[in-house]
Amino acid sequence: MSVSETRTGAGRRRAPASVYASAALRFLGVVVVTYLGLLAVTFFIGRVIPIDPVLAIVGDRAPASVIAQARKEYGLDLPLYEQFVLYVKNALTGNFGRSVLSTNPVMADIARVFPATIELATLGTIIGAAVGVPLGVLAAVKRGSLVDQIVRVIGLVGYSVPIFWLGLIALLVFYARLGWTEGPGRIGIAYEFTFTPITGFYLLDAVLQRDWGAFRDIFGHIILPAALLGYFSLAYISRMTRSFMLAELSQEYIVAARAKGLSESRIIWLHALRNAAVPLVTVIALSYAGLLEGSVLTETVFAWPGLGLYITNSLQNADMNAVLGGTIVIGSVFIGINLLSDALYRMLDPRTRTR
Amino acid sequence: MSTTAQTRREWLLSDRPQSRLQAKLGRAYVTWRRFSGNGLALVGLGIIVALVLVAIFADLIAPYSPTIGDLKNARLLPPSATHWFGTDDLGRDIFSRIVHGSRLTLFVVILVAVIAAPIGLLVGTVAGYAGGWIDAVLMRVTDIFLAFPKLILALAFVAALGPGIENAVIAIAITSWPPYARIARAETLTVRNSDYIAAVRLMGASPMRIVLRHIMPLCLSSLIVRVTLDMAGIILTAAGLGFLGLGAQPPLPEWGAMIASGRRFILDQWWVAGMPGIAILVVSLGFNLLGDGLRDALDPRSGEQ
Repeated sequence: MSVSETRTGAGRRRAPASVYASAALRFLGVVVVTYLGLLAVTFFIGRVIPIDPVLAIVGDRAPASVIAQARKEYGLDLPLYEQFVLYVKNALTGNFGRSVLSTNPVMADIARVFPATIELATLGTIIGAAVGVPLGVLAAVKRGSLVDQIVRVIGLVGYSVPIFWLGLIALLVFYARLGWTEGPGRIGIAYEFTFTPITGFYLLDAVLQRDWGAFRDIFGHIILPAALLGYFSLAYISRMTRSFMLAELSQEYIVAARAKGLSESRIIWLHALRNAAVPLVTVIALSYAGLLEGSVLTETVFAWPGLGLYITNSLQNADMNAVLGGTIVIGSVFIGINLLSDALYRMLDPRTRTR
Repeated sequence: MSTTAQTRREWLLSDRPQSRLQAKLGRAYVTWRRFSGNGLALVGLGIIVALVLVAIFADLIAPYSPTIGDLKNARLLPPSATHWFGTDDLGRDIFSRIVHGSRLTLFVVILVAVIAAPIGLLVGTVAGYAGGWIDAVLMRVTDIFLAFPKLILALAFVAALGPGIENAVIAIAITSWPPYARIARAETLTVRNSDYIAAVRLMGASPMRIVLRHIMPLCLSSLIVRVTLDMAGIILTAAGLGFLGLGAQPPLPEWGAMIASGRRFILDQWWVAGMPGIAILVVSLGFNLLGDGLRDALDPRSGEQ
């Protein structure tokens, strides 16, 4: 949405430095307000909606002395606004309390599981962009052709299919029936106890250790969930690429390039796509953020030990600290990517600079 | 006969309508002609009409009980003439469960739309018409909710409220109003300074009356399009919550929860989880097609460029 809005802001004057400074200040203001909002909403969810947050932490069979102690320990005897200030302070230092389930600090748990989610979402986005952009370009160039229809159907189905169901079907077909990929989980039993993670990104770790057997096994595990996530970002990316390319191809500079006698492929891939690439960066960044969210359901289906599975497991065990911590981390990354792509867009497209 | 049809059509398409009713009917007729010229949109409409009919007549259509199965003779039977979609691990007929589950799907979709759309409409029109600091505050709040990942936020809300289909509806509604507010505000900004609003204001109408009677109706058509397009997303989110065990609770035949319970049998009895998934796919495809068609019919500008 914001893509099309900012695109029309064309201007010829060069902006003075103070304009940049005030724009940067305003951007900072947006960041601060949005993060405070995120914290306020999660605070509301965790502290205001439950009738007694202490009961949620210690359980309803705890003796009165334990309840009183916990109330004090978590600062729940303070007035609500002081609690919120404390909450913000804790969140900013990464202190989300302890997980009831694992008894570790929530932040340590998240640090342990998050790389798995990032690895999955990154590979998914790479697949989505590598397939989606060329498909979208072809659909725009050959409008109304078979490719165009296929892109349309891919998009429609992608917006309509429940991802967890498609994951189950994919497991059934590619793992159980065809045996092309490995099953659920992140690494096979043969390597699980000998493989030592370094960075937490298993594919990278296997390459670093030149353990090609493990690499093949890990790749076999990640490819199915990553392809699934890739399909969802592909549906979005190809559709947006198509409409950006259609907009570029109707521009006059394309006519001029044709009149100069440039080859059609050069016009499409070098001239038009380069201009369409600016808003595309935003789209790909947004779909990456979307995949971090989509991983919640995918990880559950594929027993992928990432943040999504961590959140749902905590949910099922009423481990509220872990749920809120996970929500804040995913929310922060989501907001961060949103704002970053917005800033990136402004930097890449000179037309949006003067305001 | 043909002459009356001809004149009726002329009456509808007249560019000098004699009454408000004629003008309204005429506009509706033009919109319908644009809509019905789109084959896929009609397919979408057909799917949704079928869904509504199935939900209304579920008791008549379903051959078996949705909650009581035949544990002795009918566990995990494959699709056949007696059980069209097979049976699940408790011997319940999956077709009957899907038929009854359509009620839950409609319940969720309608309730979310009824809660979220008016909130978005009110926030957007008030922000757009009032301007100034009211606009700034309301839009910041909207942006904060927009910045959230929807499913995660809904998850956290359900975690605090407790699982259940009503809480799932509340959680989804809370996460889905911001886009409506954005749309309503944009529409309000385009009409705010038009002459007819100035005329109404000169006649002494209060701001509330202007917003309620003269601005909101104009926002409705784009809002309806957006809500229809969102319905598929709402169904998918509700099914996702059900799949995670946070939506409708057993033995309710909610489609997402049915997939979750069929998950254990996916390798040998694929139909237990497979059939409800197909039902979700078909219905959300229907809403997407219908929404696309409505968008093209009601607002030809924003369609295919």
